[in-house]
Amino acid sequence: MNVVAPFEGIGASVRRKEDFRFLQGRGAYTDDFNRQGQLYAWIVRSPHAHARIKGVDTSAASRMPGVVAVFTGADMAKDNVGGLPCGWQIHNKDGSPMAEPPHPVLALDKVRHVGDPVAVAIAATRQQARDAAEAVGVDYEVLPAAVSMDAALKAGAPQVHDGAPGNLCYDWHIGDKAVVDAAFASAAKVVKLDLVNNRLIPNAMEPRAALGEFDPTTGDYTLHTTSQNPHVIRLLMGANVLHIPESKLRVVAPDVGGGFGSKIYHYAEEAIVTWSAGKLARPVKWTADRTESFMSDAHGRDHVSHTELALDADGKFLGLRVSTLANMGAYLSTFAPCVPTYLYATLLAGVYTTPVIYCEVKAVFTNTVPVDAYRGAGRPEATFLLERLMDVAAQETGIDRVELRRRNFIPTDAFPYQTPVALQYDSGNYHATLDQALKASDWAGFEARRAEAAKRGKLRGIGISTYLEACGIAPSAVVGSLGARAGLYEVGTIRVHPTGSVTVLTGAHSHGQGHETTFCQLVADKLGVPVAQVDIVHGDTAKVPFGMGTYGSRSLAVGGSAMMKAMDKIIAKGKRIAAHLMEADVDDIEFERGIFRVAGTDKTKALVDISVAAYVPHNYPIEELEPGLEETAFYDPKNFTYPGGCHIAEVEICPETGKVSMVNFTAVDDVGRVINPMIVEGQVQGGIAQGIGQALLETCVYDADGQLLSGSMMDYTMPRADDLAPVSVATHTTLCTHNPLGVKGCGEVGAIGSPPAVINAVVDALRDYGVRTLDMPATPSKIWGIINGGRRMAAE
Amino acid sequence: MYDFAYHKPATVADAVKLLADPDAKAISGGHTLIPALKHRLNKPSAVVDLSGIAEMKGIKRVGNAIVIGALTRHAEVATSAEVKAAIPALAYLASHIGDVQVRNRGTLGGSVSNNDPAADYPAAVLGLGATIHTSKRKIAADDFFQGMFTTALEQDEILTAIEFPIPEKAGYAKMKNPASRYVMAGVFVAKTGGAVRVAVNGAGPCVFRQADMEKALAANWSADAVAGVKQSADGLNGDIHGSAEYRAHLVGVMAKRAIAAAG
Repeated sequence: MNVVAPFEGIGASVRRKEDFRFLQGRGAYTDDFNRQGQLYAWIVRSPHAHARIKGVDTSAASRMPGVVAVFTGADMAKDNVGGLPCGWQIHNKDGSPMAEPPHPVLALDKVRHVGDPVAVAIAATRQQARDAAEAVGVDYEVLPAAVSMDAALKAGAPQVHDGAPGNLCYDWHIGDKAVVDAAFASAAKVVKLDLVNNRLIPNAMEPRAALGEFDPTTGDYTLHTTSQNPHVIRLLMGANVLHIPESKLRVVAPDVGGGFGSKIYHYAEEAIVTWSAGKLARPVKWTADRTESFMSDAHGRDHVSHTELALDADGKFLGLRVSTLANMGAYLSTFAPCVPTYLYATLLAGVYTTPVIYCEVKAVFTNTVPVDAYRGAGRPEATFLLERLMDVAAQETGIDRVELRRRNFIPTDAFPYQTPVALQYDSGNYHATLDQALKASDWAGFEARRAEAAKRGKLRGIGISTYLEACGIAPSAVVGSLGARAGLYEVGTIRVHPTGSVTVLTGAHSHGQGHETTFCQLVADKLGVPVAQVDIVHGDTAKVPFGMGTYGSRSLAVGGSAMMKAMDKIIAKGKRIAAHLMEADVDDIEFERGIFRVAGTDKTKALVDISVAAYVPHNYPIEELEPGLEETAFYDPKNFTYPGGCHIAEVEICPETGKVSMVNFTAVDDVGRVINPMIVEGQVQGGIAQGIGQALLETCVYDADGQLLSGSMMDYTMPRADDLAPVSVATHTTLCTHNPLGVKGCGEVGAIGSPPAVINAVVDALRDYGVRTLDMPATPSKIWGIINGGRRMAAE
Repeated sequence: MYDFAYHKPATVADAVKLLADPDAKAISGGHTLIPALKHRLNKPSAVVDLSGIAEMKGIKRVGNAIVIGALTRHAEVATSAEVKAAIPALAYLASHIGDVQVRNRGTLGGSVSNNDPAADYPAAVLGLGATIHTSKRKIAADDFFQGMFTTALEQDEILTAIEFPIPEKAGYAKMKNPASRYVMAGVFVAKTGGAVRVAVNGAGPCVFRQADMEKALAANWSADAVAGVKQSADGLNGDIHGSAEYRAHLVGVMAKRAIAAAG
């Protein structure tokens, strides 16, 4: 009987290998690791948004049961522990570098946000550590706080850092202002809009955790941490903070329960447990509780923008002018400065032919938790701005909102397309994704659905977003010229074992993305090795040669490309071995899915024949070829990748309560070649859930004193299943032209494309109430206020 | 949480003795106390676990009332054939408290004793004009709820059961807080022995009766009757999820829905 193995290569919806352990509760997360003699750390955090530290009294805490040590910022300073570094330097309009104030691991002279770490208590149990932390006496002189960006920029505002006068981190711009101003001067119509992109708190399912270890016999440190990029943590913490050479520092990011960006950054707690482990020569573990996560994980978004669009009489865009304030929080988190600049303003062309664009961005320090990249990072902010502006422009020009978009789309035959804001798009077909989404959502039949809803007393609306994003980050030389202090290539090693199974070492890190399946499919497709015989190793600096980690939808486009390059090397070497074994010329050897063939003959060797020969080189070209079959490749991308597409949201509003219900969501995304359609669908759905969360539910609220009002799940509205709608996800593929897989990335498109579609739908539902500006989230009370206000207006 | 002594008495009398300690806390389903303990917001000397007291369990019909033991879980009330037949609005209310996990753990007595302004049960207790049975006495609902997290219960007094009179009509509607899913504004309406009661939860610092709506409904039992009644925003709760004005508005909307549900 012939058994045909199911196809597992590119394009197959292979079930996720990793889910067998996750669904059985057998994942191994950082907090699951426990060591003999392990101690527990509890961080003393500032209850104040802004205060001078007049003294820290650790004497009572140190004498408490089980307490081994209580450390303060002064103790770390004595050891020459460095501050937490920032990985990106932005320059001001005048060419001077941004303000980059110090970010001590434990606060020294001042605390600058609620949750700022001040001291650490280390004890035999977690409870004892917490008891001791409560007994640490910190003498605070409370200072006035600069909480909102508005307040922080006012003359005479409290200064967050002495080294950042006026609380300004940088005042940056892109584009030629004079040229853009000229375009506005000649415009038939100018449309203006003010927008807020609401501040979000990431809330990965697994809170952050860190376990530091030190081996006094070797001097080796090991850090287990909830990270999206262990090599980056090793580099930043080793080189900048603790001064430990890479060879003496191993960083492991085991199973990680979601990151969404918030686990990219090097956090204080990682340095605290590693340094303390060295001081005490005992393992030290810290695990955040949810309350700590709210006040110590980097937040996301938080932009305030004024924007203007110039159009000619036919509705063609002539120019775009944007002025944005971006909140940095109290300190610069690892990648914070690049988010509102090179991940934001460079996206302002979107899918449109806007010929000239000017954008200026002021980054502001405030007495709040640091803000950094969160799923989409800069691109959701740009997309929300553009796609809200599209609808307002349509309203004010009287041109249909779909037609206005279509009229300004970059034509399908215009690629590669150079935008006025630095990026060059390689491929896309915006008409095709739009057409497909209009059809799938039955856009044409909407008015009947609106009328039917009206009979039920509901206000129904439909909204659209035609978006584009840049991911697959990033070409090292390009980002280097823009201020990045790191390269953004990726590394892949293909280790073909003697009997033909394969281990892949990748510098990408999976924390929900399904790499352990998708990456295996690349090997199955190219080398013909069944998925079951391929294993992915990631997240351990002692195993993987190097890597920059997972964020910016880069794992497949960059990490997968590195694997493809490494497999090319395997095949090239395999051909030479095959040529030797089959006594043929190497140029005559063909390879396809695991079979080496002498061209035009039936002489073949399987990959396993080659691997056996490579590791048991009895009959082997040993004079010209090393034994073994393992290859490593570094892949540095030539360009960003540019996924895009069309999202359509349909909502119903209860006019009595103001509650917005999602009733339908359609996404048609061009993510390039699809390796595993099921995983892509899951990624897009997850992103859309977060986008709907931002649009309707989530927002971080501080009071005027800098206390976090949305400091728990009781007040911060995470999306639940019943907040979402049936989501229809489809893809329309144009291939990326510059990476070997033709892939673009799918991790962030959902969160980028969906918020404006939802808000445009809400505004459409409220069309009788004259809504022009609607800030996220569209909560019931906010919508009721509009409806109630509208009724009052009508009555007057 | 901080250390505390743990007791699990088998009788009400033993529980009362243990609760003579002013720093002791009673625990039933634990849905309020356990989070407070975990956040170290509460430091009791002892936790007295009532769950082993058999006499505080069960649902029975006694004359023209349904008597529900304090330890009865929300899920049991929601699915009880007795409650569904006699007071469907009460079963409905119980079936919409929190989520499945909460309903399988939380208890009637725990919720009512705690008197969280955003809890569901106090609206039914006040709206139905129930009688609270305690280890010492019987208390009318009108005398029981005294303010935010405050009731007529004394330190060593345990709520043992609640006696709900069977109404001719009753209905409940609420708007949930989007984040916590607790009640943002809820209204329980009931007509019992010809008398109309309207109880409002979630909107104010403590469950309260809406006298104007009661008057309007007594004259004309219909959703239209309350449409003209304006709930004042004075003294209502306002927070990041909604102003006092919004909650006042919701009281009117929920009243109409509760009446529609009551039929």
